[in-house]
Amino acid sequence: MLHVRNGRADSLELAGRVVAPAQGIDECLRIEVRDGVIAAIEPAEASSLVLAPAFVDPHVHLRTPGREDEETIASGTAAAAAGGYCAILAMPNTDPVVDSAPVLEVLAARATSEAAVPTGFMAAISKGQHGEELSEMAELAASGAVAFTDDGRPVASAALLRNALRYGALAGRPLALHEEEPTLSRGGHAHEGAVSAELGVGPYPSAAESLMVERDLALAHLEERPVHLMHLSAKESVDALRRARAAGVPATAEVTPHHLCLTDEAVRSLDPNVKMNPPLRADADRAALVDALRDGTIDAVATDHAPHARHEKDVPFEEAPFGVTGLETSFSVLFTRLVEPGILLLETLLERMSQGPARIFGLPEPRIEVGARANLVVLDLDAEWEVTEAGFRSRSANSWLLGQTLRSRVVTTVADGRVVFGA
Amino acid sequence: MPELLPPASPRRHLLSIGDVARDDVERILDTASSLSVSLEREVKRLPTLRGRTVVHLFYEASTRTLSSFELAAKRLSADVMSLRSAGSSVDKGESLRDTATTLAAYDPDVLVVRHAAAGAAAFVAECVEAHVVNAGDGKHQHPTQALLDLYTIRHALGRLEGVHVAIVGDVLHSRVARSLVQALGLVGAETTLVGPPTLLPRDLASALRCEASTSIEAIGSADVVYVLRMQRERMLSGEALVPSLREYSALYGITPERVRPGQVVMHPGPMNRGVEIDARVADSGASLVAQQVRSGLVVRMAVLYDLLTVPTAAPVVEREHAGMT
Repeated sequence: MLHVRNGRADSLELAGRVVAPAQGIDECLRIEVRDGVIAAIEPAEASSLVLAPAFVDPHVHLRTPGREDEETIASGTAAAAAGGYCAILAMPNTDPVVDSAPVLEVLAARATSEAAVPTGFMAAISKGQHGEELSEMAELAASGAVAFTDDGRPVASAALLRNALRYGALAGRPLALHEEEPTLSRGGHAHEGAVSAELGVGPYPSAAESLMVERDLALAHLEERPVHLMHLSAKESVDALRRARAAGVPATAEVTPHHLCLTDEAVRSLDPNVKMNPPLRADADRAALVDALRDGTIDAVATDHAPHARHEKDVPFEEAPFGVTGLETSFSVLFTRLVEPGILLLETLLERMSQGPARIFGLPEPRIEVGARANLVVLDLDAEWEVTEAGFRSRSANSWLLGQTLRSRVVTTVADGRVVFGA
Repeated sequence: MPELLPPASPRRHLLSIGDVARDDVERILDTASSLSVSLEREVKRLPTLRGRTVVHLFYEASTRTLSSFELAAKRLSADVMSLRSAGSSVDKGESLRDTATTLAAYDPDVLVVRHAAAGAAAFVAECVEAHVVNAGDGKHQHPTQALLDLYTIRHALGRLEGVHVAIVGDVLHSRVARSLVQALGLVGAETTLVGPPTLLPRDLASALRCEASTSIEAIGSADVVYVLRMQRERMLSGEALVPSLREYSALYGITPERVRPGQVVMHPGPMNRGVEIDARVADSGASLVAQQVRSGLVVRMAVLYDLLTVPTAAPVVEREHAGMT
């Protein structure tokens, strides 16, 4: 269930090259939105702007409750609006953890007064995310939890995850899994490879992810229950996922812009803004992720938007927390690094940022058709802009793109029938 | 009236051997040779850095490195202040940036930094106007140790080019090994890393373009056997990198039987006698350990001298010379 600030729907007209790959549309059209609903679609003159179904981000840390200095529902959803998103899913690794219906209900209520774009909340798989006891999954689902995850940490116990898959059938919501074998990742700050060896930075091997991916795919196969693999980083994980899907295992996956664009070579700078969990890996891993996104083995782009206070990132690399922001740069950086050089089709990127993630979590898929709720993004593919701290709507600025120039920009976002960004 | 100081040079730092060129290394070693003569005089203090301030900021325990830096600065007549994290405002949760900028307010000429995190010295160099010397950052670099080891080898063998050094032991946790391999590569020497598989990072030898072996036999052809300390304090409990110090010692300990006549043995200290090195080797004529300590003093004097008086050299970060006329 998604929650959004109460308010009135808008009426407006938008025109441009409409690219809606899921519906097979690619032509210049004028779209009339009346009271938040697409009322008419007509042919229009050629335009330099692209109009597409707005984006869905299945992986956002809103840091609320507990770290409102880093992000709030209001600031995080304003950032999402600026990034072209019409829906986001927030992670439950907050303080307190979202592991009970009362906590979830308070957040949902707050979203109805603060959220600029529709926001769904995931709840924890285990109480307190301690990996010991199941959360009350049925009640949480009844209170609107979109999915379950212990994100931020893995479900270390195979037995607990198996029970979550079985018992979770009562909740009927997918499990979203942070794949990390903790004894292999312990003390790790960067991908195990030449760069971490030379820097003397604690190694975090690919196998820490792929072993857990293999385990969880085996459990999903056994229980015939869906699993969603979060923020994949390693080629071995992608290979395992591809094999499992071919064997009929109901598994989906997401990948972040940073894992699609960067490798561990970036870590040579020891810039805390290239420190993420999972870590940036080798170029063969990055290439495998791009291939998997292209062929649909990976269904969705997820930002894993992870705001951190300035003082917490303003420390040496090994002392910095994991995570970077991403809501406000995701489309632009993927367009710049993958679409413009001809590595990925625009249509593919748009699908993986919109219908792909919506389908995984059973959210309404943004569509461009008469009678549909307006969830639209207008993109200027020719625009150039520099990523600056002052430009962010997020409360945090721990972006790996600070100071870089990106091509293409979100001009307008319409979410759930309301203009939430631009005009 | 104090004498006029030489004009300030552009800000230079010694952060990593990876930043320096062969010429820099040779210049510093030659300076150290000249300075060693002065240490044989009855009055050992030189006026070279009179009026300069050297501040040591040490976040990790250190005996020989800190005392060596302190004495080096004092021998050059600099004013010296040393701050250890224990008992300071760091204990009260002050950030590295705040501590560095606080010390920078005293306008030190050189800030010598030791810290448990890789890149910490480079981080400090971004925060302050002073020259920064890395006295050890995590498992990353310890450039003055590498320079003093080169100096020691050159002193003992009369050359560096073509010398073969076997570095034995806990390479995984060793910033000494990482900086020494790079330094040896710069001057045309060869390195073989030797140790148990769990203490040899998989990709390190290829990254640093040197050899690696898990067999102690590999030290046989070396001119120098460089023994690393088993860093028990860095091994997370339960990590099980080696089954026991006893087995480590049996397989890799440097005993008299394993040292070939003509080989010299080095160790950065502090030694675990009976673990990585047998006392009979440590105290033998083949041991250069005491010479390494003496080299440390002159090489650190040379580094301070080089940073503060040599006008321009390779690892340069240009800055405004504020207030100079």
